[in-house]
Amino acid sequence: MKTMKPIHDPHIGHRLAERFQAYLLNHVHGLLSSLGRLSRTPFTSAMTLLVLAIAISLAAAFYIVVANLQQMTGNLQASNQMSLFLKDNVSEAAAGKLAEQFRQHGGIESANVITRQQAMAEFKAHSGFGDALKALDSNPLPNLIQVQPKHALDDKAAVEALLTELRQIPQVEFVQIDMQWVSRLQAVMAIASRSVAIVGVLLGLAVIFITGNTIRLELQDRRNEVYIAKLVGATNGFIQRPFLYAGFWLGLIAGVIAWIIVTLMLVIVESPVEKLSSLYDGSFELMYISFSEFMLLLMMTSTLAVLGSWAVVHYQLRQIKPQ
Amino acid sequence: MLTFENVCKRYPDAGEALTDVSFHLQRGEMVFLTGRSGAGKSTLLKLIAMMEQATRGSIVFDGQNITRASDGKIPYLRRKLGLIFQDYKLLNDRTVFDNVALPLIVSGHGHQEVARRVRAALDKVGLLGKERKYPLALSGGEQQRIGIARAIVNKPKLILADEPTGNLDPDLSAEIMRMFEQFMQVGVTVLIASHDIKLIHRLGHREMMLDKGRLVSA
Repeated sequence: MKTMKPIHDPHIGHRLAERFQAYLLNHVHGLLSSLGRLSRTPFTSAMTLLVLAIAISLAAAFYIVVANLQQMTGNLQASNQMSLFLKDNVSEAAAGKLAEQFRQHGGIESANVITRQQAMAEFKAHSGFGDALKALDSNPLPNLIQVQPKHALDDKAAVEALLTELRQIPQVEFVQIDMQWVSRLQAVMAIASRSVAIVGVLLGLAVIFITGNTIRLELQDRRNEVYIAKLVGATNGFIQRPFLYAGFWLGLIAGVIAWIIVTLMLVIVESPVEKLSSLYDGSFELMYISFSEFMLLLMMTSTLAVLGSWAVVHYQLRQIKPQ
Repeated sequence: MLTFENVCKRYPDAGEALTDVSFHLQRGEMVFLTGRSGAGKSTLLKLIAMMEQATRGSIVFDGQNITRASDGKIPYLRRKLGLIFQDYKLLNDRTVFDNVALPLIVSGHGHQEVARRVRAALDKVGLLGKERKYPLALSGGEQQRIGIARAIVNKPKLILADEPTGNLDPDLSAEIMRMFEQFMQVGVTVLIASHDIKLIHRLGHREMMLDKGRLVSA
């Protein structure tokens, strides 16, 4: 029996190279032919792709909405400043002195006086009550000092201590801080990001099952081919390759369609969001899916789809035994 | 080349299909397997092609015990076999060339090698020049020759043919048999299941007869 080739065979290198080339060519062929097969049944393929894309876009849309809200609340978080409304009888000069004192304070980053005239001007410009305000004969607004604490908002004890100290100053009528509101919002956002993870997992499973089922039908259609390939000595690895590539294409193309859906959705809401943002000093800009997020999305959808195809093909190929 | 030793095959619902079958095939031998339908011819071929597993006994092919070959090894063992069927089992949506090339492609041959060997195989069965045609555009005899080309393209050690001439007229059948004789002459072992007794007797090769699952003449 001469199964082993002598090692000094002058053609062995060439033959190995040719085999490797054949292996690569086989993969390229699998990649292209599976795409060709999808295009040969355009209606079925389109239905599957749309179902997949809708599932993916739901997850992606939820993700980008929460990411936008997080960015928005992130901006709010930065403004942990306190507003000190001064008593009516405190003059502008006295307010300036008080602010100067605050600047020396260890727990305060900065302090700015907003005079009642400035406050009135701003209120007139932004509130839309300009004409009504003209009817007033005197300015009802107090002088105000905006204090920016050094401590971050999450250092509750320090913020709380500063707050108590400021409240005890006799010239101060009232101190306002939006801390509670912000921490409640943060708690809501934490729930939202966790929901994104849960929805993501569920819709990821949907992608696995939808592709799995599509590939199962495809495998059933090509049963005869699989059977003949097995009879001429094809390994399961060889037979499953085109099906895995088909799954890959489904995941990839559905990912691109999902991206288009989400981007269109963002384009549609952009102008109302801009209007809202302008009402809040224009600090917020709508975030789209970034390039790296898009790449990550495609990687995830194609991986999940390949996983779904693999599970089905791996299981079914064991069942198909030549009769 | 191929040795059966006390091989039994029992189906859970249909009882014993083969009972205590023992025989040996030499390299380059051409053997006919005869018997009435239901005598166990197809079962015997399926055991060699590893489409079924023997219940008892042992089967040794080309120095390897294949009685309980694992799913992982079966593809590589099948590459040493050339299988031919009564219903040809061709892929009708692929060209003649692609059908014949399939065994070479699944075993990873380079495309130049594939093209060369497919042409050589088609030349041997007299179908050179019909590579681009589709099987259904050809006659029954030509379709069976595609099947034969596919079986020999991988240079198998053993050709198994299950009623290869079952659907063909006597002239075509004789032609197919002459083809098998040529393979035998280059050292390939050929095992043909057939009940075309007249043709078999005329050719005068070794004959094994099955009757109700037992080998009555070897």
